[in-house]
Amino acid sequence: MNFLELSPSELQFAVEQLLARYVQCIDDDRLEAWPDFFATPCEYRIVARENAERGLPLATFSCDSHGMLVDRVISLRHANIYEPHRYRHLVSSTVLGAVSAERVQARSHYAVFRTRSNGVSEVYSVGTYDDDIVSAAGALRFRRKLVTFDTNRIDSLLVTPL
Amino acid sequence: MNAAYDELQWPRLANGYGVPYGVFTDQACFAREQSRIFRGPIWSFVGLDIEVPNAGDFKTTYVGAIPVILTRDRDGELHGLENRCAHRGALVCRELRGNQPRLSCVYHQWTYDLRGRLLGVPFRGGIGGRGGMPADFNPSEHNLTALRVAVLHGLVFVTFSMDAPPLAEYLGTMVVASIARLCARPLCLLGYQRQYMHGNWKLYAENTRDPYHASLLHLFHNTFGLYRSSQTGACLMDDSHRHTMLYTKAATSDAAVDQAVYKDVRSYDTSYKLADASLLAGRAEFDDGITLVILSVFPNLVVQQIANTLAVRQIVTHGVEGFELVWTHFGYADDDAALRAMRLKQANLIGPAGLVSMEDAEAVAIVQRAIGQASSASSYIAMGGGRAEDAEHLVTEGAIIGFWQAYRQVMDPLAP
Repeated sequence: MNFLELSPSELQFAVEQLLARYVQCIDDDRLEAWPDFFATPCEYRIVARENAERGLPLATFSCDSHGMLVDRVISLRHANIYEPHRYRHLVSSTVLGAVSAERVQARSHYAVFRTRSNGVSEVYSVGTYDDDIVSAAGALRFRRKLVTFDTNRIDSLLVTPL
Repeated sequence: MNAAYDELQWPRLANGYGVPYGVFTDQACFAREQSRIFRGPIWSFVGLDIEVPNAGDFKTTYVGAIPVILTRDRDGELHGLENRCAHRGALVCRELRGNQPRLSCVYHQWTYDLRGRLLGVPFRGGIGGRGGMPADFNPSEHNLTALRVAVLHGLVFVTFSMDAPPLAEYLGTMVVASIARLCARPLCLLGYQRQYMHGNWKLYAENTRDPYHASLLHLFHNTFGLYRSSQTGACLMDDSHRHTMLYTKAATSDAAVDQAVYKDVRSYDTSYKLADASLLAGRAEFDDGITLVILSVFPNLVVQQIANTLAVRQIVTHGVEGFELVWTHFGYADDDAALRAMRLKQANLIGPAGLVSMEDAEAVAIVQRAIGQASSASSYIAMGGGRAEDAEHLVTEGAIIGFWQAYRQVMDPLAP
């Protein structure tokens, strides 16, 4: 796919569809399919805005290979202990940035509600997605996905990807 | 006042130790901790000196639940100040950090220097001969409350009390040596993580003095072979039993032995292999072979080395049933690029999303939820013999008992 051959609205629609399918994959707990939203090679980072704004390099959750994404899923399924919960992502305000034949950048806002076993839903995390999107193996995929969270004090723990 | 602490029933057990759950749930107990521990003759950790490198830099944080400011003045000296205006009690600094030549309260613009001395009061002489402060108003009697400050290898501690012994004496030789091992070289700040745990802060004090849980709760350790209770390690206390150093050496356990000792343990499965093993391809940094150190310093600090991750964790006691853990990750200023990258990659192991640490938030929360209506019941702590003793192994809870004995001494110095 050559991104330059798409009209702005076609490209916007394609990117928003990718984002929608990505968050529904997580929210429907189909996490084994989550790594396939990323191209190879890939980078996925969840960083605190506090660190990003000060130029501090620490990420709270980072994967620089497809294998590391897979390992996170194996770990949360088989090793990590945490309270069962469900996410519901809302993604909005997607604005496309630089577009080339093989890459498109997009910035979006996200909010994640988390519902735990007590049945209470709460705002768990809000922030931004900065995505570099490519076409690979017949679909749009993330070359790089940077999640920058405003919700600086993480409630309990972060195990399910954002 | 504070009757609840005195009414706690600490069981006398022949073969173990019990902690009454009221100590984790009672508001009066929490209030006494704020006065006897956090305002008492105890040193609390407030940050790294590299967080405020320049003249005029400040950061805001807490000692217990008390807001404080750490500043650096024009002479390069550090100051700890209670973050409460001497006028009507407002927060003087409202940001997490910044750089200012002076500290000014927004409410009525009372202004202080970086040492907390009151410099100016608007309309002190009144306006047009009317109003103003009394003629005998003396600004030097209305400074911010200053704390004593002491720095050890870049770690900054403060105390409200003139009765606290010198910092090195308070920490003791074991803690001083352990901090020196990790922090004697110039440090480099990598970033922060802030994690809220739904439980009393002392549940975390227990947790970080507890090698027993490490391979049973944190299954990533077993699953991927990072920590096993069969490894060489030890759990040691300082003379006062306030502080604990837990350490292990990786690659010192035997696969056949491990299969035998863990045969009855839930989810002991070593068949998983990381798809990308680069996460654990760390570099040996210390000649002593120690790959994991959890140094728990009473009351609010944990200094840790896990593989190539280095961090300090500061406990902020927001309330009786919740605390914040502030993780400050660091490396050394002279780290090469590969080691810096490894520290950042292995940051996946620790913090709120840490593959070997996230479970502590769940452990703290499920205890707090269970004990809320059980203030007169108590725990039972006996692994390793049920006494506050050092252990040259990892199947012990002795340091938890040491913590409680030291805690009770601080909370009630006249108790037998």
